[in-house]
Amino acid sequence: MSAAAVPVLDARVGLTVGALAVDATLRADPGEVLALVGPNGAGKTTVLRAIAGLAGLAHGHVRLDGAVVADPAAGVHAPPQARRVGVVFQDRRLFPALDARDNVAFGLQARGRSRADARAEAERWLSRFGLGARADARPHELSGGEAQAVALARALAVEPRLLLLDEPFSALDVQRRSEARAALLAQLADFDGAVVLVTHDPLDALVLAERIVILEGGRVTQEGATVEVVARPRSRYAADLVGVNLLVGARIDAHRAAVEGTGAVLTVAEPLPADDVVLTCRAQAVALFAERPVGSPRNVWAATVGAVEGDRDRVRVRLDGPVPVTAEVTPAAVAELGLRPGAPVWAAIKAAELAATPR
Amino acid sequence: MSRPSRARAGSHAPLPLWALAVVGVCFLALPLVALLQRAPWRGLGDHLREPVVTEALRLSLVTATGATVLCLLVGVPLAWVLARSSLPGLPLLRALVTLPMVLPPVVGGAALLYALGRRGLVGGPLHDATGLLLPYSAWGVVVANAFVALPFVVLSVEAGLRTVGTDHEEAAATLGADGWLVLRRVTLPAVVPSVATGAVLAWARALGEFGASVTFAGNLEGRTRTMPLAIYLELQSGRETAIVLSLVLVAVSLLVLVPLRDRWLPG
Repeated sequence: MSAAAVPVLDARVGLTVGALAVDATLRADPGEVLALVGPNGAGKTTVLRAIAGLAGLAHGHVRLDGAVVADPAAGVHAPPQARRVGVVFQDRRLFPALDARDNVAFGLQARGRSRADARAEAERWLSRFGLGARADARPHELSGGEAQAVALARALAVEPRLLLLDEPFSALDVQRRSEARAALLAQLADFDGAVVLVTHDPLDALVLAERIVILEGGRVTQEGATVEVVARPRSRYAADLVGVNLLVGARIDAHRAAVEGTGAVLTVAEPLPADDVVLTCRAQAVALFAERPVGSPRNVWAATVGAVEGDRDRVRVRLDGPVPVTAEVTPAAVAELGLRPGAPVWAAIKAAELAATPR
Repeated sequence: MSRPSRARAGSHAPLPLWALAVVGVCFLALPLVALLQRAPWRGLGDHLREPVVTEALRLSLVTATGATVLCLLVGVPLAWVLARSSLPGLPLLRALVTLPMVLPPVVGGAALLYALGRRGLVGGPLHDATGLLLPYSAWGVVVANAFVALPFVVLSVEAGLRTVGTDHEEAAATLGADGWLVLRRVTLPAVVPSVATGAVLAWARALGEFGASVTFAGNLEGRTRTMPLAIYLELQSGRETAIVLSLVLVAVSLLVLVPLRDRWLPG
């Protein structure tokens, strides 16, 4: 990426909705997926609406590819139609009176394409997303995943520069979310604009996004590369959010993967779903011992205590060594094991506690 | 289908409640029964072919339909303004729209005369310029009927617009659709049921209009004498035709209920 690259999105969203004063700065570069995460009521959807032009700014600005589309100080507010911003709403908002084909064709026709031309293009999009046979289905006949794909195809068909995804997987159960994430990655493979993904699921952010912005009470409390935010969560919410350890791995055999960077070998209980995976485990699942543990844990290694931080309920212990993870232990364990920076310690993760997701 | 649980719950209602409910049913049914009892069933076919019946029926159907078209033409946009815009005087505007529902129709007819009559506020200059005269013409009936029927279209469509909300309109806007396209392909298709309901109600209201019509458009046979006026006139002269005309209106009203049965006649 060259230093002169113009970001697709350069926004400072300032507005008040009800009791919530939002003031958030966001930036997304071409080809980048930015995760916007935060607790309920933090203003995530408000930020999306302001970027899309569905809500006006009180102060700040929105620039798309360097062009100002909103700047209240200069009296600029381009309507949604004039912004190349695609939105996939949380409730999808497919037009109930139109079938899947006409839903996707709608934007193309709105942008001047003939009806026949728009429908042909819409069918190509549906085929690409594996929905070629569902073109005649009305929204109420589509499954959740299908409706999601139609909504994404509809947004992408008009070739936006910025794609806003509001909680795309919230309607799916845990089992299906992993598949949906993989499907989304494939569907976005050809998209060269920027993506802002609103989610409350840390795994979405960890698997899909290069960067994370954490929004709390309308303000950005932390922003950075995903791995950075995972390693050093700055707020209680961020720590909870990324209470999940994230390791990038490569398959060795069905149940073993090598950790990127260190080559440490980790064993997982379920067969690996792909060659390149993200391994996750909860911080509470990382057990610490003074001596090498004997018995069941499959993944045991000698580590060095990095940082120790926390409160009277729980303490997060950052481990340096072959498997860079964070363990969450009780204050009593900290005292018992003498956990202070630089101290040696044995760490273990049960194979069943490690989950692998395709990258 | 019977609903056993509901029937059982109903049977526990106190007796006086039942008694008064029965009185209510009788109050509604008795006049209809009396009408049917007095109907000249034997000569019904001949009566129906009488010019006074066919002429009044034709005029009523034409003017009620014309009034409904007029109501849709201005009522749907008015409903959109009430539901979607943020004008400062909206509560006042909504009161104005509702007014014909509570205003005595004869007052509405008189007011229309002062507005659109030969020497009316707008009617005077209009007549001088074009020679057009609304009172005592079939167009006058249409205008009077539309005046009393308009609230039904506006209120029904406004409620429909509020129910469907703006979610899909927003989605359409992000896809690049301008206001007109959003209205045509997203908003209007969503409120078709409300528009249909409003139209049926307005048509039924226009069909039965008496006061505003007779005040503004008079009672000229073949030009402004609609069914209600003909019924009143025939009743004054004590003829059976009044009952036949009434039966025709009852039949038409029942037919109107058919398209609304999903909403008002469940099961």
